[in-house]
Amino acid sequence: MTYIKKPIFRHPSLPTNEIGLTYRDYEGVVSTLCAGCGHDSITASIIDACYELSLPAHKIAKLSGIGCSSKTPNYFLNNAHGFNSVHGRMPSVATGANLANRDLVYIGVSGDGDTASIGLGQYCHAIRRQLNLTYICENNGTYGLTKGQFSATNDKDSKNKKGLDNPFGAIDLAIMAIELGAGFVARSFSGDKEQLVPLLKSALQYNGFSFIDVISPCVTFNNHGYSTKSYDYIREHRSLFGELDFIPEEETINTSYAEGETVTIKLHNGNDISFKKLGADHDPTDPHKVLNTLRNNRSDGKVTTGLLYVDPDKSDLHDTLNTSSKPLNSLSMNDLCPGGEELEEINNQFR
Amino acid sequence: MSSNITYNELVIKFANVNGSGSASANTFCAKSLYRMGIPISAKNIFPSNIQGLPTWYEITISESEKLARKEKIDVMVAMNAQTYASDIDEVASGGTFIYDNSIQRKFDRDDIRVIGIPIAKLCAAEYTDQRQRQLFKNIVYLGGLSLLIGIDIDVIEKLLSEQFKGKQNLFDANIKALTIGRKYVADNIEYPLDKQVRKCNGNANKIMINGNEAAALGALYGGATVASWYPITPSTSLVEAFEKHANKLRKDKDGNINAAVIQAEDELSSVGMAIGANWNGSRAFTSTSGPGVSLMGEFLGLAYFAEIPLVLFNIQRGGPSTGMPTRTQQSDILTCAYASHGDTKHILLLPSDPNECFEFGYKAFDFAEKFQTPIMVLSDLDIGMNDWVVDQFKWDDNYSHDRGKLVTSEDIEKLKSFARYRDVDGDGIPYRTIPATHPDYGSYFTRGTSHTDTGGYTENGVIHAEMLDRITKKFHTAKEYLPHPIINLNSPKSKIGIINFGSTNVALNDAMQDLTRNGIGINHLRIRAFPFSKSVVDFINDHEFVFVLEQNRDAQMKKLLISEEDLDTNKLISILNYDGMPLTANFIVNNITEIINNNKNIKAANSPPIKIV
Repeated sequence: MTYIKKPIFRHPSLPTNEIGLTYRDYEGVVSTLCAGCGHDSITASIIDACYELSLPAHKIAKLSGIGCSSKTPNYFLNNAHGFNSVHGRMPSVATGANLANRDLVYIGVSGDGDTASIGLGQYCHAIRRQLNLTYICENNGTYGLTKGQFSATNDKDSKNKKGLDNPFGAIDLAIMAIELGAGFVARSFSGDKEQLVPLLKSALQYNGFSFIDVISPCVTFNNHGYSTKSYDYIREHRSLFGELDFIPEEETINTSYAEGETVTIKLHNGNDISFKKLGADHDPTDPHKVLNTLRNNRSDGKVTTGLLYVDPDKSDLHDTLNTSSKPLNSLSMNDLCPGGEELEEINNQFR
Repeated sequence: MSSNITYNELVIKFANVNGSGSASANTFCAKSLYRMGIPISAKNIFPSNIQGLPTWYEITISESEKLARKEKIDVMVAMNAQTYASDIDEVASGGTFIYDNSIQRKFDRDDIRVIGIPIAKLCAAEYTDQRQRQLFKNIVYLGGLSLLIGIDIDVIEKLLSEQFKGKQNLFDANIKALTIGRKYVADNIEYPLDKQVRKCNGNANKIMINGNEAAALGALYGGATVASWYPITPSTSLVEAFEKHANKLRKDKDGNINAAVIQAEDELSSVGMAIGANWNGSRAFTSTSGPGVSLMGEFLGLAYFAEIPLVLFNIQRGGPSTGMPTRTQQSDILTCAYASHGDTKHILLLPSDPNECFEFGYKAFDFAEKFQTPIMVLSDLDIGMNDWVVDQFKWDDNYSHDRGKLVTSEDIEKLKSFARYRDVDGDGIPYRTIPATHPDYGSYFTRGTSHTDTGGYTENGVIHAEMLDRITKKFHTAKEYLPHPIINLNSPKSKIGIINFGSTNVALNDAMQDLTRNGIGINHLRIRAFPFSKSVVDFINDHEFVFVLEQNRDAQMKKLLISEEDLDTNKLISILNYDGMPLTANFIVNNITEIINNNKNIKAANSPPIKIV
């Protein structure tokens, strides 16, 4: 219902963040998704994370593919440029955008159809390249816009709304991301803002490819009793993989951790994330242990959420390509065009 | 010595096995002839294979500058026993067939001269290393040939010294091989041949370059900063050349590069990256061939409808499907003009040689930003991968790159309102911002769904139709800015015309000379861009019959003319070639002559040329 104008009303006493903006300044247009859709909660968490980090909205680029999830970038950060591209191809568009300007924050929103089926190749290769992108998969296990077909993340035992079994196994995008070398991999639940917002804040501050698989129930097609992506199922089967706190740089000095309980990880930009261990084996920097735990939990029917894996030392695509430290789109034609004299030299190479 | 000696008018062809190292020897030969100042054209006819299949290299040498491929070969250097039979058939009567007679053969042509040089034996005697024995065979035949036709040895030696600069061992070894070939010919064979070469001054201010390298330089001069691509013959060398030059010419003071070259996982991704980069304000391009364009279809429609600049070089090869990856064709005209589903139309630039690849290479980026749409530069394998001798490239330092209606942060503060897709100026071209332009103004949502003039989603049919109409208006605006056709009205009284485009121009120029000499007056127009300039329509209307020469089966350019312009379709007569080889002049002359002789109406429309072209 985009024809309904959202009123621009700000209560004078609304709190502001460090750059003087209110929460309302990070909103987008009115959502047209179904009432109760998990995606709208994710949208709210993205707004929270950007507000709390005091990110200037216009220095964020939000990109998506096609599907319910991919509509959502319209519903947050009105002052950011958005790009709703083609089905499954957000990663390539985001790669090009990032190559053009390395200084912006890139948020990619995708869904399980967009990522795990039509866009699986682009997803894998964006990870391989360590693209500096926060990739959020709003995962509901179903094709909503085409009315309830199974997606590739739907579990084999799950049924659709008509009671038919899903005959194929699920692709676990988080396990895949770790295998492919993503530097930051998390899973969360749209209904758990307390977990999701710190994860988003950490992911947005991470320099490299950060992936968050957010289980986001589809209230219309996949929230019934036989679904493994319903609100009830996820609440009953979650296994928390540690608790995460995002600590801005200026606060790190005053934060104390109980010895042995937390792992503090310094990000490139000086901020810390603190990870509270729930068990002795939970070390988010050890990919082998993490993958083991994830696989074991999965066979036990548990959905592991939290910060699953982080490697604070990854380099990003620009480092690999040795591109200029200035954004390429800021270079003038004087910087870029070699000129007439140089062309004489070039001509001489072909004589 | 015979009295029939001619200079600088002959065709040499090398028949080799691919992967044997012959390519560099053959290129040395072409480059030496070019440096002797003789006009040449070189064609590499190679297989889609790494090693073991037949491959050929033809050099047409013509001081009178008739440089199209010829059907008959004057000097065949046959180094592949697999193809002796067909190679000897191609030799013109009175020509020469040179082969490796380490194994003696009998050939049943008594109208040509057969020369045997025991190249394998000579190499076996000189070199112990198996690899050297193979590689230097190529330089040995080059040495022999140089004496037979008179290639200046000093020129070859200088070329080798440049090629192997700092590698004295390699240089010495090559000189030795060259000498072995020359000595054998000097001691055993009556030389030189009747058809010889000699220095002249035909290449002043000319360079020898292929179209892919030229297009890459165009992109570099056009300010491209992002190149995303997926390897495919025959376009691969374009981005590789861009990367090579960028690494040198775009290095900043910190040693970093003011460009990003990225090999994508497929063509969908490569065009997606180029679109993302252009959306974000970088000049970006991709380079591909037919199969890649097919894969890019959906994205091309997005860039068209969301009005995102994009430059795509399509180095056409033989289709359909995988077709003939190493042969040339002009068969992607309709695919590119109408790429993607729904109502889409794209701007095409049609270079005819490496010089235009350079020129259109940089102008394409201006057009892409000016018209905020994909620009497809349709080169082909013949232009892209063969070395051409063309006028040296020129650059005017006063050239101002046109970034179109790109709104800056200062501009947007002055503007009263910003609507991304509004036709403010009446030319159909809207204003554009890029991410991070301004904290408060200018942001919008880019989408492939139908949108209002501010970029909002709409299902309102009236607004949708208005959007399509404005984009059509923009497309028509482009006509006057795109490269105009080249027109040659050498027969003002004749009512016969011919239209061509791209790489067929060399053969057509040669053919026009023959036709005019035969009293057939034909006016000529070469199309350089789509949408068509008004002068293309005027040219067709001014003639009673117009031949359309193209290298595809389905008369794609003729169809595009008919579908886009209000024309009398009966007057357009196709001349089509689709065997994958660069055209010969005879093909054109024979086709036109036959059609004219068999149709009295066309014959009546003829009037001899005023001047010989």
